[in-house]
Amino acid sequence: MAARRPFFRRRKTCPFSGDNAQTIDYKDVKLLQKYVSERGKIVPSRITAVSAKKQRELAKAIKRARNIALLPFIVQ
Amino acid sequence: MALYEHVFIARQDVSNAQVESITADFSKIIEENGGKIAKNEYWGLKTLAYRIKKNRKGHYVLLNVDAPHAAVAEMERQARLNEDILRFMTVRVEELEEGPSIVLRAKADKENRRGPRPDSRGPRGDRKEA
Repeated sequence: MAARRPFFRRRKTCPFSGDNAQTIDYKDVKLLQKYVSERGKIVPSRITAVSAKKQRELAKAIKRARNIALLPFIVQ
Repeated sequence: MALYEHVFIARQDVSNAQVESITADFSKIIEENGGKIAKNEYWGLKTLAYRIKKNRKGHYVLLNVDAPHAAVAEMERQARLNEDILRFMTVRVEELEEGPSIVLRAKADKENRRGPRPDSRGPRGDRKEA
């Protein structure tokens, strides 16, 4: 398998599901920062491997954090 | 009664005492309307991610509230009237967090890490001349 596909990458799993998963909280700036780009945009789940359900939760948390100026809307 | 988390940001040039009095006012409003404050947390003067009404910094306060809707509506009305408050947000939650929130925990972490660092290396001793 590895010989046939040299660039095979193990499929990443969602960091928010399963045992000892982190909880998504709009106050947790350090965690949310990992899921926004340098420009301050939300990173798509196909890159971060967050499940669809958790991505929706994450997006909501990021938007809440933006609202109370914990995260920027855009970084110039 | 419903559970809410209420965060408000006060202007950077108000004093700590004024922030406390705003918090006390809000607690009073909630209690008069039949609710109670489960916890209030002062996060300190934090830098805002963007400017709000020409302010670069603000005092953050978190209130964990267990109150009927009417009490929260009244508190929000007062927040809108208060000119020292730049912004507020009330979020309904399923359960209130026990103990200090992630913001305070992160802050304590930072201070712990910064604290013991300077002396941990011990004395350097005399440097020998080449």
